[in-house]
Amino acid sequence: MNIIDVVLLAMMVITALAVVRMRNLFAAVMLLGIFSLLSASLYALLDAVDVAFTEAAVGAGISTVLMLGTLALTGEREKKPHRPAWLPLVVVVVTGAALLYGTFDMPLYGDPNDPIHKHVADRYIERSGQEVGTPNIVTSVLASYRGFDTLGEVTVIFTAGVGVLALLGRGALSRRRRLNKEDDR
Amino acid sequence: MEINFLGHYNYWVVIFLMMTGFYVVIARPNLVKKLIGLNIFQISVFLLYISMGKVDGGSAPILAEGIKIFSNPLPHVLILTAIVVGVATTALGLALVVRIKEAYGTIEDDEIQAMEEEMEP
Repeated sequence: MNIIDVVLLAMMVITALAVVRMRNLFAAVMLLGIFSLLSASLYALLDAVDVAFTEAAVGAGISTVLMLGTLALTGEREKKPHRPAWLPLVVVVVTGAALLYGTFDMPLYGDPNDPIHKHVADRYIERSGQEVGTPNIVTSVLASYRGFDTLGEVTVIFTAGVGVLALLGRGALSRRRRLNKEDDR
Repeated sequence: MEINFLGHYNYWVVIFLMMTGFYVVIARPNLVKKLIGLNIFQISVFLLYISMGKVDGGSAPILAEGIKIFSNPLPHVLILTAIVVGVATTALGLALVVRIKEAYGTIEDDEIQAMEEEMEP
């Protein structure tokens, strides 16, 4: 725990609150990019360097571009909600209180004796150098020890890609044009 | 029950951020805004995992001479996978939003619901 950690988390809170208040969606998307980049800095601080640069490239980069592309097609003003605002607030406060209660039983932050550090992590750290051979332990775990996870990830990305193509691809486009013409007739 | 402020500070802020994202998802009718909220929620969950993996005095899990203590590499791997999957699902959600805009002419969910109710006799 150090001062940079506290400051970065405080900046993330401010950014998230600004996203809630912002009616202009373009500004909200930009703030989300900043939020993502702040989280990337925090990952680097928490020793997760691989996660930090993935978040900076994929989270802050690609998702911002995708969102801006969508805004170009759907418009960037958000309308005022007509429903009452207190009900979601109550739900959120109750859920948050329950989660907060749960943290009291969690092991302390940074303690090397936490249960999370006592199972496979030690083995990865001690033996991945000989067994896999790359100095980066995260790479060894990702590509070798938990390779099936990565295969599953690729399957999910492939499915999402097929889904996007089915919704917006050339085939879907011509089918929609045909339907529109039939409607006009 | 012992409460340690510094020992849980990260987790508490993460829960606050999660609830901010959750609020945007359930309170805002605009579908793009909902996806933005979902992204905030998602990043907070990542932060929760990475915070758990940190070891005091540890360094990034890359083998090098003279370094004995490493942070836990396992949450890093899980979150690396989750980030990429998260972008894929966001892309699918945004594609659906574009299609909804084409079909209904609006992306506010209360307006879409009103149109649906009008169509049904």
